[in-house]
Amino acid sequence: MQNEILLQMRHIDKVFPGVKALNGVDFTLRKGEIHALMGENGAGKSTLIKVLTGVYRMDGGEITVEGKNISIHSPQDAQNNGISTVYQEITLCPNLTVAENMFIGREDGAWIKHKDYEKRADEILTRLNIPARSTQQLENCSLAVQQMVAIARAVDMKCKVLILDEPTSSLDDKEVNMLFTLMRDLKSQGVGIIFVTHFLEQVYEVSDRITVLRNGELVGEYLTEDLPQVELVARMIGKELDELMDLGETEEKEKKETEVFYEAENLSSTDALPFNFAIKKGEVNGFTGLLGSGRSESVRAIFGADKVTGGDVKIKGQPVKITRPIDEMKNGIGYLAEDRKRDGIIAELSVRENIILALQVLNGMFKPISRSEAEAFADEYIKVLNIKTASRETPVGSLSGGNQQKVILARWLLTHPDYLILDEPTRGIDVGTKLEIQKLVLKLAEDGVSVTFISSEVEEMLRTCSRLIVMRDRHIVGELKGADLNQAKVMKTIAGGEA
Amino acid sequence: MKNKKKSFGGLGQLTIPVIALCLLVIFNLVRDMLFIYYFKDPNYVSFFSIELTKNNLDNMVFAGNLISIINGASELAILAMGMTLVTAACGGQDISVGAAAAIAGSVFVKIIKMSPWVNGIVVLFAFVCACIVAMIFGSFNGTLVAIFKIQPMIATLILYTCGRSIAYWINGGATPTVSSPVISAIGSFIPGIPIPTPVLIVIAMAIVFKLLFKFTALELFTQSVGINQSAARLNGINSTFIKLLSFIILGVCVAVSGCIGVSRLGLINHETLLLDIEMDTILAVAIGGNNLGGGKFKISGSILGAYVIQMLTITLYSMKVSSTDVKAYKAIVIILLVVIGSPVVKEKFGKLMSKLLGNRSKTAVKGA
Repeated sequence: MQNEILLQMRHIDKVFPGVKALNGVDFTLRKGEIHALMGENGAGKSTLIKVLTGVYRMDGGEITVEGKNISIHSPQDAQNNGISTVYQEITLCPNLTVAENMFIGREDGAWIKHKDYEKRADEILTRLNIPARSTQQLENCSLAVQQMVAIARAVDMKCKVLILDEPTSSLDDKEVNMLFTLMRDLKSQGVGIIFVTHFLEQVYEVSDRITVLRNGELVGEYLTEDLPQVELVARMIGKELDELMDLGETEEKEKKETEVFYEAENLSSTDALPFNFAIKKGEVNGFTGLLGSGRSESVRAIFGADKVTGGDVKIKGQPVKITRPIDEMKNGIGYLAEDRKRDGIIAELSVRENIILALQVLNGMFKPISRSEAEAFADEYIKVLNIKTASRETPVGSLSGGNQQKVILARWLLTHPDYLILDEPTRGIDVGTKLEIQKLVLKLAEDGVSVTFISSEVEEMLRTCSRLIVMRDRHIVGELKGADLNQAKVMKTIAGGEA
Repeated sequence: MKNKKKSFGGLGQLTIPVIALCLLVIFNLVRDMLFIYYFKDPNYVSFFSIELTKNNLDNMVFAGNLISIINGASELAILAMGMTLVTAACGGQDISVGAAAAIAGSVFVKIIKMSPWVNGIVVLFAFVCACIVAMIFGSFNGTLVAIFKIQPMIATLILYTCGRSIAYWINGGATPTVSSPVISAIGSFIPGIPIPTPVLIVIAMAIVFKLLFKFTALELFTQSVGINQSAARLNGINSTFIKLLSFIILGVCVAVSGCIGVSRLGLINHETLLLDIEMDTILAVAIGGNNLGGGKFKISGSILGAYVIQMLTITLYSMKVSSTDVKAYKAIVIILLVVIGSPVVKEKFGKLMSKLLGNRSKTAVKGA
């Protein structure tokens, strides 16, 4: 079955004002295969997907489905041709039931036949082994199940091509496995799946084939088994791998300096249970634990992002009172939030305005940074952090995720913090940028800046942190450093059980 | 997609008000031509004619439709400036500005009436009192919105409902008149200056706003709060304060326009002073291309919006449309403007433009 070509895109061109987003890209999907589409941010993955789903119109090339030439002008066209997409952010209605979500927008006639729909929905759910009932409210399901309901909806619409755009980025390991089982199931039924993700391990776990894009061009199509992980990374970033290796060898992360910068005792907030925490000058430490273990809530408490309810905080040995983020900022602390869209970027404002924001707040309302000064700052950081943007006046919302993250990093670097809290700075961004951010963290530490680094990829934290604080069920359950800093030990501590 | 919207016309946000103004000018030019060259009507006066005449106080002053437009739109333009700020910060509008202006105007008159004589200092003092009262009412609205997180329209509905009653109490239900050279200088002309004073006040207010944005970071903070409040907070911005401040600034604008309104007539009528102006104000902000949901804003857009509305009204009056009918005709034009400015039309237009420009650039490449 796997040799039957289902979807073929040939010489796809897409031009945006000033940028050639896709340049003669070919893509082939066969029946019953899971095909990973890989590339850095800005490589053209999402553009290719959007061309295929009718969000964008291509400027050149052709698309055939099962040998038939088709033209796609709208998402509706795509659906009619059997192409369905499940996006990273779930686009269903949380306040409706599972069944309603599956049939919304495609009811026949004005009357909604609840009973019929529920019966049909239950059939599909059982067939696909999705642990949900049709009458359940969608918001009561876990994120993974919601994701699966979205897939079930697509499947019921007789889709031949299923596009999964970063479906796993907010799922935990168990949920990811559930999703993969479902994907394999669909594959055996002959559905072609295009899988877009940033997690390399997941690509190797489920995909049959990999297509790599770089800078809007096709790098190549490979059988997953023929392409070792390191090679894949090299193809994606087009850099030599030595750089990746280099970073791994920056041992000697233990800092000699002993001056404690920040110290908290029994710090608690509305969302975090009391905990003790301290960080030395120039130290990089990290909080690790599963999603929901309280790692983000703890660092939010350190920054005063949630209402602080108790605890004694000392900065440079001096007791301080914190109630709001501005207090912490004045003490030289910066915080890059986990949710970039909600808590980080001011989407419609320019790169320049986003970069100067925190410094401007510190300067106060009555000392505005002049236009020329702001432009100089923006230009400097665009260059230093290699931010890819059309200009410093581009709205930050139109940048790719990795570049948005760099803008927020620039915002905090500009305040010259003594202590920087980075909560998932590498989430949803490409390998190259991840590497740049990790390097930057180490460089900052060298310059005497304390950094707390959180990442859901343990690998990254092992590479950068000299001390790991492990959390489980909202409590700190261990602290690892030195020889204990290895994957096995971290996993054990996270999982608990063994003394 | 977003980029396309931006490139629309090249003027960005100001495209719609500028186009609207141009259309109104062209319409009146065509009408002028028709009457002068085709009908050869000897009594017809051009829409654009401005003449220097003597007014009843023996001052040389400008008169004509254009002057009535920029003069008549003054209160609206000043309120639109403040409303833009409230809209940007809170993502909602203050519908109590007319009522609040009636209160400010009543206070203004009350203070002047209390003084046995009227001179510049008394008027200034009365104005400052009106300002303070309007700012207090502004912070009342602001508190409801910023601290109690009530939707702006609901929060300001309270003052909208009771404002004119409060104004009625201030002067004990009377509509006292104030006559003084100072008052008439504010409401019409300063001797020796042929431009109506309210126009000068608008210019002064615009400069004040310009300086406010130049010497403070208010613009950046307001936009940040309006676009993403959560991120603004995590960057240390006190969004409650910014919202409250926007209402207080609007309060100042309310006092200024209330005092102008009173000075024009030389009396305070709490029932009719700046009646229904809140809707025109919101409309001016919208025509100015500002997002009524908050975020990025341009004060200049709102000011242009105010003049568009006024020019439309005067154009209709000059065509001898009765004042009752004017509203209906106004509505038709406004529907057109709002539809032209809608994202759907903008996008279609953007696509059309990029198609045209795209073809051109392709041929240019071939040529090279």
